[in-house]
Amino acid sequence: MTMQEFFAMGGYALYVWPAYGLTLIVLLANIIIPVVQRKQFFVNALKKNGKKL
Amino acid sequence: MFLVPDSVGRFFHRMASPPHFYAFTERLMPWLVVIFLLLTAAGLYGGLYLAPADYQQGDSYRIIYIHVPSAWMSLFIYVVMAIAGAIGLVWRIKLAEIVAISSAPIGASFTFIALFTGSLWGKPMWGTWWVWDARLTSELILLFLYLGVIGLYGAIDDKRVASKAVAILALVGMVNIPIIHYSVEWWNTLHQGPTVTKMDKPSIHVSMLIPLLLMALSFNVYYLIAVIQRMRVELLQRERNSQWVKTMVLENKQ
Repeated sequence: MTMQEFFAMGGYALYVWPAYGLTLIVLLANIIIPVVQRKQFFVNALKKNGKKL
Repeated sequence: MFLVPDSVGRFFHRMASPPHFYAFTERLMPWLVVIFLLLTAAGLYGGLYLAPADYQQGDSYRIIYIHVPSAWMSLFIYVVMAIAGAIGLVWRIKLAEIVAISSAPIGASFTFIALFTGSLWGKPMWGTWWVWDARLTSELILLFLYLGVIGLYGAIDDKRVASKAVAILALVGMVNIPIIHYSVEWWNTLHQGPTVTKMDKPSIHVSMLIPLLLMALSFNVYYLIAVIQRMRVELLQRERNSQWVKTMVLENKQ
């Protein structure tokens, strides 16, 4: 199988690849969002602590 | 409880303590990510490259390797959410409440993926993006149940009260789970019947079945990773006034 044949997906590339692409985006977002939120939590908590001191 | 070995009991007891959970999951995470990447690589290689095209559906069927595992996860996560919610409701275990609410966005995501990839598969095979048949409609209701859980939790300020409300909603919504599973048998639908979870031999060739099961495993590990990430944030926010979180903030640990 050549690379072109693989990416053509027997003529169904327009259906198969968007399905995989969207899945990747949604799954990545579900990891990135909480990691960013956690970083944010520590930044905010430190700021608050600074005001108290 | 006499059936549970002592060490296992101790493990769960310690896990229910927020600082232990936080520290333990930090050490666990790299291992989970490695296992997830290996399973996904093997599953995708088997499914997209090694497995032959379907004799009826050509290469379009390859959507199955994300569609079916996502649909399974959408049901599995809902059950986990409802059970964790019930445990939180009865025994007031904080970590169980956090498992329940942290599962909701991930379950909603898998439900959305199942619907979306199903639509992309339905268009070339059925000639339509969407039909209001039993399987598709009950899965859409599942998405609304997840969104309802997320919305209800966000609407109540006291998070312990919010967890109670969410647990009850999740438990009531359990009614939908068998409906989704049996919808293709109870009603005449456009959606095909089960090919893997049948009592007799699955009607899918082993070269297609193995990558499918690998992807299902991979999505399970993914859920574990994603739910732990969400739980850690939820835990920090709920426990922001407790000593262990304050110490971590001051030591600038993340």
